[in-house]
Amino acid sequence: METLARKLIAGAAGHAAVATGDVVVCDVDLAMIHDSGGPRRVKPMLERLGRNVWDKDRVVVVSDHYVPADTDETRAIQELTRQWVQDENIANFYDQQGICHVVLPERGHLAPGMFCVGGDSHSPTGGAFGAYMFGIGATEMAGVLTTGSIWLRVPETILIEWDNQLGSYVTAKDMMLAVCGRIGMGGGRYQAIQYAGAAIRDLSMQDRMTLSNMAAELGAQAGLIAPDEVTAAYVTDAGGTLPDDWRDYRIEIADDPADHLLFDAAALSPQIAAPHSPANAADAGEFGDTGFNVAYIGACTGAKYVDLAAAASVLKGRRIASGVTLMVAPASRQDQDRAARDGVMKILEDAGAQFLPNSCGICAGYGEDRLAGDDICLSSTARNFKGRMGAPGSRVYLASPYTVAASAVAGRMRDPRDVMGG
Amino acid sequence: MPRLWRFDETIDTDVLAPGKYMKSPLAELATHCLEAVRPDFAASVGSGDVILGAPNFGVGSSREQAAEVLKHLGISAVVAPSFAGIFYRNAINLGLPVFTLSDDFYHHPGLSDGAGLTFDFDMATLTLTALGEALPLEPLPVFLRDMILDGGLIPHLEKRFQAGMEETSMEEKGA
Ligand code: SF4
Repeated sequence: METLARKLIAGAAGHAAVATGDVVVCDVDLAMIHDSGGPRRVKPMLERLGRNVWDKDRVVVVSDHYVPADTDETRAIQELTRQWVQDENIANFYDQQGICHVVLPERGHLAPGMFCVGGDSHSPTGGAFGAYMFGIGATEMAGVLTTGSIWLRVPETILIEWDNQLGSYVTAKDMMLAVCGRIGMGGGRYQAIQYAGAAIRDLSMQDRMTLSNMAAELGAQAGLIAPDEVTAAYVTDAGGTLPDDWRDYRIEIADDPADHLLFDAAALSPQIAAPHSPANAADAGEFGDTGFNVAYIGACTGAKYVDLAAAASVLKGRRIASGVTLMVAPASRQDQDRAARDGVMKILEDAGAQFLPNSCGICAGYGEDRLAGDDICLSSTARNFKGRMGAPGSRVYLASPYTVAASAVAGRMRDPRDVMGG
Repeated sequence: MPRLWRFDETIDTDVLAPGKYMKSPLAELATHCLEAVRPDFAASVGSGDVILGAPNFGVGSSREQAAEVLKHLGISAVVAPSFAGIFYRNAINLGLPVFTLSDDFYHHPGLSDGAGLTFDFDMATLTLTALGEALPLEPLPVFLRDMILDGGLIPHLEKRFQAGMEETSMEEKGA
């Protein structure tokens, strides 16, 4: 039976059909790289191979990890990135405009039916657009950049079906934390996840991106959502090109892949994942009165426009509790501008938020802003591995922007519905 | 004599290549490999040693230094019931042998931490010194084996480019 994953892979491999376990070589429609794993790592390899990029129009470069560049070392990384982009004559370069996974679709680079790779583990985000997209390392990226192709062992498919409707203050992030809690971080086993069901169709594109993004937390290769009118409208608005056959990229629940997991959106409560794994998720209400001192709304999966707006809906007319620092790093310049235009930024600011640049910020723990050893952070990011966001002693809990905002107001971890009386 | 390092906990990429040292040269990064779970690892690991990991070895980020440090430290193979996909790809692309083994062999009593053994790439076996028993690992597709033998993806491509072979050759080998 043909799943969406196999249809996309077969298309890229130039085969009529592929079977699970087949090793095929796929043509790459688009390769995305960022300042950390990109030019500074691939440049020496391309030089060694004596080749330039195979197709400059199919390469997108985003500087987002070592931003702000406030040390000699990080400034040098940014400079190297700019120089390489110029040398390779790459027009698709977004210098400190936001986080790669958010910038890529908002600038119209993704569309249904594409086969893409990214030099970052959260590259499955592209699956939200009905594209097969996955993350690869820098060496493998050098292979793609010189050949325009990549080998792939056709993965199995997991169907994650969400029925019914989400309740108030329950989000895509809660859906993913609940899935991590149920099947664990290895539950995706480098397979292709297909998301389907009524609750998925109800989501905005940016919320769908959170689902696909966190396929990485499950260890899956890809996280696919079938394109629909919502996808088509987003792609068109972003200036992308919708293929004529976009409606053919469907996910059939009847395809019955080996694994079929069913979840009830109506029964889902806001989730919090305890340190040091997204799989430590449980209902937010169970965290009762856990104290924390840093609230972080950031990252590709937790600070897009919809996330900022969600936090603002809680923080409107409220202030964060004393003893809590709220830091917000809007995921992209575009999202920040939109949030500024419609008053979301103002609400966050009035509530006591401090703003960080449109970059990975504290999420990757690369910059000067990092958690200290005694910090306890409630964060809207995707992963809370030990020491990832700073000192090894720091502790990170994951939650949705609603839950982070409501807890920041309460000064303790809370189910946002308790704070909002929802 | 090469020994086995057995890890029963899930090993993620932050444990293999801690983010804090990611900007350091590889040699320094390697000294912090696995220190969060086994502080003595980097200092006492020997050339030819084999790692036996728990399922989903290498889960986490796409940083290929996670595989690179193991190769740098002289690990001859990483064996586990399953691997996180990106780590698996990175390892092969860097020429670090990674093999899966069946559940039965994973629970083999001889595969204890510190056991002496030898790893045979061509045969895809682990031979336990104490028992003289060769445990079969699951063989890799031929073209992936070739890539590892060439030293990883880059030397493999270099060889192909020099030979004037075009992109399709990878597929012919893989098919
Ligand atoms: S925001 Fe965090 S998860 Fe997203 S790309 Fe940056 S470091 Fe990775």
